[in-house]
Amino acid sequence: MTNRAAAQPVLETRDLHMAFGGLVVFENLNFALRRGERHAIIGPNGAGKTTFVSVVTGLLQPTAGEVLFNGAEITRASPQQRVKAGIARTFQINSLFKALNPLASIVIALAEREGRGGVSLRSVAKQPALIDEASALLAKFGLADDALKVTETLPYGKQRLLEVALALALRPQLLLLDEPAAGLSTEQGHQLFRQLAVLTADTTVLFIEHDMNLVFHYADRVSVFAAGALVVQDTPNHVRNHPRVREVYLGV
Amino acid sequence: MSSLSEPSVQAPTPGQRYFASVARWGPGEIIFWAALLAVFFIPGANLPLYGQILIWGLFAMSLDLLLGYRGIPSLGHAAFFGIGAYMAGYLGKFGWTEPISGLLLASLAAGLVGWLTGRVIHRVSGIALLMVTLGLNLILYDIVHRQSDFTGGDDGLQGIIIAPVLGLFRFDIYGRTAYLYALASAFALFLVARALVKSPFGLALLGARENPRRMITLGTPIDRDVSTVFAIAAAMAGAAGALLTQTTQFVSPATLSFQRSADVLVILIIGGTGRLYGGFVGAILFLLLREWLAELSPVYWYFWIGLLLIIVVAFFRRGIVPSAETLVQRLRGQ
Repeated sequence: MTNRAAAQPVLETRDLHMAFGGLVVFENLNFALRRGERHAIIGPNGAGKTTFVSVVTGLLQPTAGEVLFNGAEITRASPQQRVKAGIARTFQINSLFKALNPLASIVIALAEREGRGGVSLRSVAKQPALIDEASALLAKFGLADDALKVTETLPYGKQRLLEVALALALRPQLLLLDEPAAGLSTEQGHQLFRQLAVLTADTTVLFIEHDMNLVFHYADRVSVFAAGALVVQDTPNHVRNHPRVREVYLGV
Repeated sequence: MSSLSEPSVQAPTPGQRYFASVARWGPGEIIFWAALLAVFFIPGANLPLYGQILIWGLFAMSLDLLLGYRGIPSLGHAAFFGIGAYMAGYLGKFGWTEPISGLLLASLAAGLVGWLTGRVIHRVSGIALLMVTLGLNLILYDIVHRQSDFTGGDDGLQGIIIAPVLGLFRFDIYGRTAYLYALASAFALFLVARALVKSPFGLALLGARENPRRMITLGTPIDRDVSTVFAIAAAMAGAAGALLTQTTQFVSPATLSFQRSADVLVILIIGGTGRLYGGFVGAILFLLLREWLAELSPVYWYFWIGLLLIIVVAFFRRGIVPSAETLVQRLRGQ
């Protein structure tokens, strides 16, 4: 990779503006994500964090401004086109295939990634590469023994892991995690982030997180959103001591 | 990663075993199709009735792809059945008498209309979907009903000629050829449907049924998905309609009536959705019961069908086939 490509942000937004009717969620948002970094977004509720993720993944269209991925404009691209380009996400509230088992769920993601999700008469049984990759991925998340259980019968923490595994099955360049540790105990949260740190070594990760302990532990850089604006973007240490941040978010 | 050298022939992993068991033919399946073939050899069997059962079963199976696998309810599925039935009728009337190619062409015509329908309605869901499919069905029915110069109206299409199957087997008055022809066609289309639902595409259908939003974030184009499954379900419904025309050498607007759309939904729900066999089992029960009840009380037999529907939904929530599967699993487990 040339220096120029390495210096190019994976994700960039230019003057991004988002409003629902008269309600302005964010304005003039200029955001850049470095290749390979683990970047946390923090901020109070209603700061526009989840909306930002949905605009990046194409589930919502911005009112104005541009979204660039690897330097190419994707502002009007469909969510599916962005997935194919290498952007994957997870949801704040688990969004799984409840009646299917984790193995079948991951196979769906892998088949789609490999372009084998269309009409076909070839049974999954005859495509062991898909099955084996799905099994291996589940094993990495500690879900090997749960691979064949019905998803909705799994404990919440395991469903949370499956939520992340589904996104990682796409082998994204950019992974967006919306509060991955939501609903997990402190110990489970750390466990999830430790696993993520190993599994996403080659991936740029952008995550929304409320638990400051996790943020300061695992993020390379932190962006603070408040009232529809990017207040500060810096390393965890600088963010922690930034007076504006202490005021608007940490409440000190 | 383990660096140990692995044996060249590996035992299947649990995941591979699971998907192999999903794809494998179970004894119940083999018995089911063998029994349908054996019926042919029973002396004095009512083959015309059993042929009707196969056609209804195939029709209900096509709806199962839409409703059971993809989660799209339809109150207008008879539209595709009717298109196939009329297409086969016109082919036979205007000189294309060879049945197998006629069946394929009729199926193709219904599939094309199904694909277009999917393009139109992929943004619609829930109750609105029921209304749109019902509306399309009613419009088509009315057109066929009114254009009586071309369709024969209520009298139906007359003068349909169907050549012997493979140039050898004439459609006889006892329905022997008709039964085997319907059985072979239904089985062939069942094999296609079975392969489809066991493929990654089949899993994607289930995924979209469970959670369309997640499918979008996995990169699946939902509109392509809906029109594809609509086209396949419509093509199979059209094949069922064509079989009816070819085996009876007659077609009337009843083939695309709302009553038929409602009946096929009842058959599928009694038999159970999401199993492919539900439609066939429902058709067996529905038609045998109708035959029997029509003899007892020719006017009021829908009363009993209604009662059956209520009983099945109350006691076997998911229909007969899924409930029977659960029962067998329990018996085996103990």
